[in-house]
Amino acid sequence: MSAEHLKIAVRVTEVQPVNALITRFSLEALDGSDLPVFSGGSHVVVEFGSCMNPYSLMGHPFNTRSYSISVRRDDAGRGGSRYLHEHVKVGDTGLIGHPVNLFSLNLRAHKHLFIAGGIGITPFIAQMAQLSQPGQRATAPFELHYCAQSADLAAYADRLKGLYAGRVQTYFDNENQPLNLVSLLQGQALGTHLYVCGPSGMIAWVRTTAAQLGWPSEFVHFEHFSAPQPGKPFTVELATSGRSIEVSERQSFLEALEAAGVNPPYLCRGGACGQCETRVLACDGVIVHRDHWLSEEEHQSGQKIMPCVSRVNGRSITIER
Amino acid sequence: MSIPSRPRYSGLSPLTGNQHLLVADGAGGQAIVDMSRQVAPDWFAAAHIIYVVGDASPAFADMPQKLQELQARQWHESPTIASALPRIAKVLADAHMGMRLYLAGTEGLIGQVMQLALNSGMEHSSISTEHRGTLARRLQCVHCKGITEDVTTQPAQCAHCGLWLLVRDHYSRRIGAFQGVCIHAEEPLNIPSAVTSFL
Repeated sequence: MSAEHLKIAVRVTEVQPVNALITRFSLEALDGSDLPVFSGGSHVVVEFGSCMNPYSLMGHPFNTRSYSISVRRDDAGRGGSRYLHEHVKVGDTGLIGHPVNLFSLNLRAHKHLFIAGGIGITPFIAQMAQLSQPGQRATAPFELHYCAQSADLAAYADRLKGLYAGRVQTYFDNENQPLNLVSLLQGQALGTHLYVCGPSGMIAWVRTTAAQLGWPSEFVHFEHFSAPQPGKPFTVELATSGRSIEVSERQSFLEALEAAGVNPPYLCRGGACGQCETRVLACDGVIVHRDHWLSEEEHQSGQKIMPCVSRVNGRSITIER
Repeated sequence: MSIPSRPRYSGLSPLTGNQHLLVADGAGGQAIVDMSRQVAPDWFAAAHIIYVVGDASPAFADMPQKLQELQARQWHESPTIASALPRIAKVLADAHMGMRLYLAGTEGLIGQVMQLALNSGMEHSSISTEHRGTLARRLQCVHCKGITEDVTTQPAQCAHCGLWLLVRDHYSRRIGAFQGVCIHAEEPLNIPSAVTSFL
């Protein structure tokens, strides 16, 4: 199934540089209609130019007039974020998918403990807005611990401190303010849910530390999107249809399939949701796994691949399709 | 085959945590003793054992002694489940993330302590449980909402409103009890005779 019919045409209504690396874009439906309501933690796949990348929605979840995303410029990537930064202006049009939430709040939590690293702040902005919505059923308290390289690069930190006084704590690397994670996690009352979004090293650190301190995995939520990285070209053999498709250096495996008219299912395009999981029948080369969906054993087995972010370092791969 | 809501108890096993609360009644004490063979000698230094003697069956007369020999940081013995619950609620209220819960013994004990734990914000899937001893059920009458303890027959009479109830496998985690529905609603004069089914 293709997600084509789920796309919404949008127009850029605001482009706001936030700091040296991050720019915020506001999007409204091209036909003026309302956008879907979403829940805090949702993302949309954004399509401007030739790249399709997932971005967390950071606006108010009940604002159906416009969506906001914050894009961190990644100069090492394939150019999706750079394209948005350099070419997209107010009035430009593009496509977005419907909101999908792979990082939702557990509303039975007695408390929400948020840990953000850098641009990982964006889903929490929507989640905190959702939890603070007046007239909502009494919600559990929350606390945000926000780590960034410096005060200058801590996007929205001042605004959030103003909105949620006493519930936002910042930690800046350049001021030598490390987050004492062990002490933070040990002091949490039973029923606290932990959410972490940031660089993959930080997510691994928080998950490992929480597990070692006896936090059950059901209480630890994380979101990390990978971006497909460029790599050497390789050939995809489709076992069922007998077709052969070339993946170029700058294309992702999934994009090459789509360009050839094959429309495999996808949702996040960031290796997180599991929609595009594909069975591998043979591989002449090594699979470079970049997803957060398959287990370590599945990665080792070489029998599955997530074509949205992973590729092959070698000659060819044969998939069940 | 039972229905999905019928609880399954997969057996006590040590979990990673910095505090361990272990609650057992009757034969469930032995499940804690058995698990002690899988853990390091100092594991019980971070443990709190609460044991409910229950019906004081002579078979378990030495259980408090055996459990005390594990040298838990805290040890408490209660005469009944009901008398243990306020203490357990207090321990849960003061607990931090990292405390793990182990429940062993009758379904009544497991269900009622589980209910307290869920209200404290724990998830049922992160609690270690082992069923030992009687199969007697804690039963909620869906009509009058009264709870009848230690139900061993099918059907069973509600101790509150007196209706004869079909004891279902349908279990309410929220209430910590099986559901009982009137067995002769369509034929008021036809009450099937009670057969011992849950011993």
